[in-house]
Amino acid sequence: MSYLALSIALVFVLIPLFLSKTLHLGLEKDTLIATIRSIIQLFAVGYILQFIFEADSPLYILLMVMVMIGAATLNARKKGSVIKGITWKVAVTLIFIEVLTQGIILGFNITPRSAQYIIPLSGMVIGNSMVLAILFLNRFSAEIESRQDETELILSLGGTPKQAINTQLITSIKASMIPTIESQKTIGLVQLPGMMSGQIIGGADPIQAVQFQLLILFLLLTTAAVTSIMLGTLSYPSLFNQRMQMLRAR
Amino acid sequence: MKMMSLDHKPAVHFRDVHYSVDNQPILKDITGSFLEGKITTLVGPSGAGKTTLLKLCNGLLSPDSGEIFINEQNIDSYEPVQLRRYVGMALQSAPMISGSVLKNLALPMVLQGKQLAEEEARNLLTDVGLDASFLHRNSKDLSGGQRQKVSIARTLVNRPRVILLDEITSSLDLASQKEIEALIVKINRKFNTTIIWITHNLEQALTIGAYTWVMMGGEVIETGESSLLKAPVNEKVKRFVKGEGQ
Ligand SMILES: Nc1ncnc2c1ncn2[C@@H]1O[C@H](COP(=O)(O)OP(=O)(O)O)[C@@H](O)[C@H]1O
Ligand SMILES: [Mg+2]
Repeated sequence: MSYLALSIALVFVLIPLFLSKTLHLGLEKDTLIATIRSIIQLFAVGYILQFIFEADSPLYILLMVMVMIGAATLNARKKGSVIKGITWKVAVTLIFIEVLTQGIILGFNITPRSAQYIIPLSGMVIGNSMVLAILFLNRFSAEIESRQDETELILSLGGTPKQAINTQLITSIKASMIPTIESQKTIGLVQLPGMMSGQIIGGADPIQAVQFQLLILFLLLTTAAVTSIMLGTLSYPSLFNQRMQMLRAR
Repeated sequence: MKMMSLDHKPAVHFRDVHYSVDNQPILKDITGSFLEGKITTLVGPSGAGKTTLLKLCNGLLSPDSGEIFINEQNIDSYEPVQLRRYVGMALQSAPMISGSVLKNLALPMVLQGKQLAEEEARNLLTDVGLDASFLHRNSKDLSGGQRQKVSIARTLVNRPRVILLDEITSSLDLASQKEIEALIVKINRKFNTTIIWITHNLEQALTIGAYTWVMMGGEVIETGESSLLKAPVNEKVKRFVKGEGQ
């Protein structure tokens, strides 16, 4: 695609701007900011990727993955402020997911061992893991808050912290995984997944594109399960002390 | 250390106990004993610190300073799980876990990896004055008073030697209240169980308790035999008793 063609595509930005203005939706500023940010951010990433693909050095790949994990951690930890040490707990979870998935992909030669494959796949795994972490932490924080009475009840009857928080933990893990599983049931029927669309537009064989898309879907199932369960397991102990008391007990 | 010369040992003893939240003192310098095999009632206005004091007795909370002894042994020397089975508590809000009444009654056993025989669950319900048909009711559908009854029965499952009761008859009609009082007195007599009972009902405090503590503003301001409520010495207690009596 030429830069001229891309410029013409800006019409798709002008249409919502015009509509927002005439209907007084007040979204002009946000639309403009979003457009400018996406242009700058995507081109920046594009040039960085171009550089990394050409260099094809493990060091740059590692650096890029670390940046992704760092950004994802900072984003996700906001939702878990009630949990002590949430930053490193999210970071450890993301690192574990990345090592696990890339370990299997590269270990079994599922894709070639080059930046061109490692970086997009890592991005998708880390990005989804981040979303899962946010969904989990959101729900878990709410469950902790709204079911303090039950937690205290179980502790008062001689239950352990694990027993006292188990229902809340399981509920939150399940709730965070459901969107991933549900969206995979209807995939392809309603909407072609972004990556597959991109590949097909880029000229790839549709069957080849489907194979890659399936790899990603399977990866995301693992990502969903491991993220929630691992983050849950790391999180709940910091809600209690050595004497099995709720730390924010009343 | 020298205790009052009584034939009863203290089941729970507080020595210079302080407790605060965010530097706000909730309990100030509490010293005193709850005697083994006796019913002690705890009265005082809302916010006096009664619930907090009860939670210190079974280790749901720990003091900032001072010491608590259970059977003359420092409370910190007990495993939390063992302590809470030994010193059982019925919480003020009578919380239920989701599921049936049976599931709630079985909870103390399930937490130990055991089961509660349905026969036993039925007997417990009868003891607190609920029909056995309640066993398979959903706990969501219980009234406040019914929840309190299930909560008491559930507390008894661990057969605690010390029982902490936090306003357990507040939602009960008079007949049910008398029934629960009789049950607790029976348990106290039969098993020599120590009872610490928070109540808003001064009549109850007077008739059920052997001893009474009056608390206000985080302090214990008068203690003694429950008859003290009939003729309080402290001016503040006089006013409190008068106010509650109306
Ligand atoms: N975790 C907490 N945070 C803030 N205030 C608390 C907390 N726990 C107890 N309090 C305060 O301590 C006081 C005593 O509470 P409580 O022991 O429940 O009193 P009571 O049972 O006599 O009504 C109240 O003023 C209550 O608001
Ligand atoms: Mg209270």
